[in-house]
Amino acid sequence: MAIKETMTINMGPQHPSTHGVLQLILELDGETVVKAVPHVGFLHRGVEKLTEYRSYHKALPLTDRLDYLAPMSNNLGYVLAVEKLLGITDAIPQRAKVIRVMMAEVTRIKSHLVWLATHALDIGAMTVFLYCFREREMIMDLYEKLSGARMTSNYFRVGGLSLDLPAGYEHDVKAFIDAMPGHLDTYEGLLSGNAIWKRRTIGVGHISAADAIDIGLTGPALRCSGVDWDLRRDNPYSGYEEYDFKVITREGGDTYDRYTARLDEMRESCKIIQQCLDRLEDGPILADVPWVCLPPKKDVLTSIEALIHQFKIVTEGFKPEPGEIYQGIEAPKGELGYYMISDGSANPYRMKIRPPSFVNLQALPQMIEGALLADVIATIGTLDIVLGEIDR
Amino acid sequence: MPEMLSLSNDPILFLAVMFAKILTVFIVVILIVAYATYAERKIIGHMQSRLGPTMTGPLGLLQPIADGLKLFFKEDIIPSQASKVAFVLAPMMILVPAFITVAVIPFGGDIVVGGYTVPLQIADLNVGILYIIAMAGLGVYGIVLAGWSSNNKYSLIGGVRAAAQVISYELAAGLSIVAVFMLAETLSLRGIVEAQSGSILNWYVFSQPLAFCLFFITSIAEINRTPFDLPEAETELVSGFCTEYSSMKYALFFMAEYANMVVIAALISTLFLGGPAGPFPGVINILLKVFGFMFIFIWMRATFPRVRYDQLMFMGWKVFLPLALLNIVITGVVIIL
Amino acid sequence: MSQAVVAKLKQEYPAAVVDVVEHRGETTVTVQKEDIVAVCAYLKNEAGYNFLCDLCGVDYLGVEPRFMVVYNLYNIATKERLRLKAAVAEQSCCIDTVTGVWSTANWHERECWDMFGIRFNNHPDLRRILMPEDWVGYPLRKDYPLQGPDRQPYQGRLS
Repeated sequence: MAIKETMTINMGPQHPSTHGVLQLILELDGETVVKAVPHVGFLHRGVEKLTEYRSYHKALPLTDRLDYLAPMSNNLGYVLAVEKLLGITDAIPQRAKVIRVMMAEVTRIKSHLVWLATHALDIGAMTVFLYCFREREMIMDLYEKLSGARMTSNYFRVGGLSLDLPAGYEHDVKAFIDAMPGHLDTYEGLLSGNAIWKRRTIGVGHISAADAIDIGLTGPALRCSGVDWDLRRDNPYSGYEEYDFKVITREGGDTYDRYTARLDEMRESCKIIQQCLDRLEDGPILADVPWVCLPPKKDVLTSIEALIHQFKIVTEGFKPEPGEIYQGIEAPKGELGYYMISDGSANPYRMKIRPPSFVNLQALPQMIEGALLADVIATIGTLDIVLGEIDR
Repeated sequence: MPEMLSLSNDPILFLAVMFAKILTVFIVVILIVAYATYAERKIIGHMQSRLGPTMTGPLGLLQPIADGLKLFFKEDIIPSQASKVAFVLAPMMILVPAFITVAVIPFGGDIVVGGYTVPLQIADLNVGILYIIAMAGLGVYGIVLAGWSSNNKYSLIGGVRAAAQVISYELAAGLSIVAVFMLAETLSLRGIVEAQSGSILNWYVFSQPLAFCLFFITSIAEINRTPFDLPEAETELVSGFCTEYSSMKYALFFMAEYANMVVIAALISTLFLGGPAGPFPGVINILLKVFGFMFIFIWMRATFPRVRYDQLMFMGWKVFLPLALLNIVITGVVIIL
Repeated sequence: MSQAVVAKLKQEYPAAVVDVVEHRGETTVTVQKEDIVAVCAYLKNEAGYNFLCDLCGVDYLGVEPRFMVVYNLYNIATKERLRLKAAVAEQSCCIDTVTGVWSTANWHERECWDMFGIRFNNHPDLRRILMPEDWVGYPLRKDYPLQGPDRQPYQGRLS
């Protein structure tokens, strides 16, 4: 009769590699994980309840702080959801759509850079962390030039954008995407062929396609298990149907596949950004829906209707028709969904955010059961979770 | 050649010279250890496109002194449930073997002091290599004791990992250098250095490339450096076996790690690269070689990810050990023929 | 496309379907809460809605039944969305779990329990997920104060 004694270890909320305040209670038999139970909720700020007390315009900054590593993606999902609720999706001007796609892809690269940096750091390759953050500084500069903030941009607005691109911005973006593939090659040179890296990631954190769909995995993690599903191609939004890009899938479903897939996604994003730059034309940046979008300042100072609209929008907010919608976008981490219910008042009646990391984290216990302690770290890294989104 | 100075011909001079040698070596090693921390931070910083320490003194050169002072003044915390004696003893048990191993490393040829020949080596044991391997084996006691006495599951895992790792790789390391003794026909380090003197081509790195590679890799595993730094894997075990340590005891752990690095670098240079009998005259040789190897260790830390525990064990037992045995067989065959 | 699915659903479960609404190109089907597992299983196995995007609760304070559990479904093959809603009354605040149909419902239902107090029968592990384990009260209910219990409300203007 064998007595199996397992040791319960607490990878507590404070840990160098749990990517935020995640608590994992692990039962270890030697170094093998027998059971893993994640505990979340340490960063719960009640965002959903807060939005019920703010008008639609004023709830926008709350969404920046969900997945704080990809703020413009969250903004995009929110404004698309509200526009769908209002029924003005077709009225968004072309320039706004192109800039939205461009910034969404820049944000995707930003999020994937942090993913690579922390994933590599967890497995021990410290240098990649610093290189990725060096590139991320370039993106932060782009964000700052555009919206004024390095991280919580709050740039998009319901109906378009808040500000037009500053002078010379296309140059900066072009410089960035010209430099990026070289840097990606550097990371690949440091990691992809490295025997130690391959041993640490091949075969680790495997999940099959059927299990992934059942447990609700989305984003690159799902695509690397062989499921060809990308919301940008399948349920396009903001003009994505006009762009030519590949959806990166892999068959293996393990950590190495997710690593190579995300690197390739960064390259595809560079291509999409290039197409955006080519497509950029002059035009308005806000939809012509006066009771939703703030009118331009010079009109407010000269025309009485614009003044009235400005007054009503700022003090009261616009009131969509009662109804409910669900808008899902392909955020860097997976499907970010906004389910919004309007009851005809100026505040959302209910806004449910479907965070990709929340659902992806659900898959963690089944991915690490039977694996070693070191693989737990690699798997958390490869799932690419951010606690701001999980806990809202 | 004047006589060798020993306890029988001039005891007072002998003791004085011995004391001077020990003091010099000790101070030099401590300085190298202290500035190795600085060098590591600077070199890794530049490799990661940042600067490393720059504020403390010109070019950040006073950083090790600043670190030492800081650690000295920090509060010394001993967990209430830890076994106090073992907790305090553990860092010393790691540091002492690291330093006393330096006793048999030859730093240069012979010099003449007061009419007697004095070797530039603290003690020329005729079983020098055996002594070194024995001392390296003692080092693991400190780590295991640290892990156990901390009363912390993470430290325990770190300590256990370290024990298994060091024991496995010590075997492979020891066997990989057996071929060197077979060629030199002596276990004394001075003898091995003399066997490589003459020209650069006599160096054993050319006649024993496999042994060189094996010893290089396995000794990195023995001193717990990246890519084999699992016992202190920061991202997994929150500092591993030294999680609960603070202040001077923590400093001692890290001094021990760098002291081990120095010793291993010196050992590799002596066994394979001719030690002090190198291209340049004097003590500068061994120092250059030691610094060169330490640079390579630091470079590896900046570049490589960490190996997983079971892969580490696999490599140690199923790859390096058979290769070391194969090397011995091949060397033996070549010697006989 | 989803109209065809809804039509078939009405044929299979005529008593279960209470209401069908089309708004902004999306279809919402309200069903009786007793048949929710059967309807979900039908939609997953027969109609191909193999992905549960989101499961949440809504509090319609002042309306009877008070709560609504909303299921947002997605068909990966045909790329279509469908929404299912089931009304839950306050007195018998429970509904069957659909973790048997889609495992992803596990954490979503835990969050619904945590935030609204809607109990899911036969759930494998129904406990709070975002709030601390010993929290009293269900924060997302409309009668729960924004500032939390035992605190003064915010005196400034929120909107």
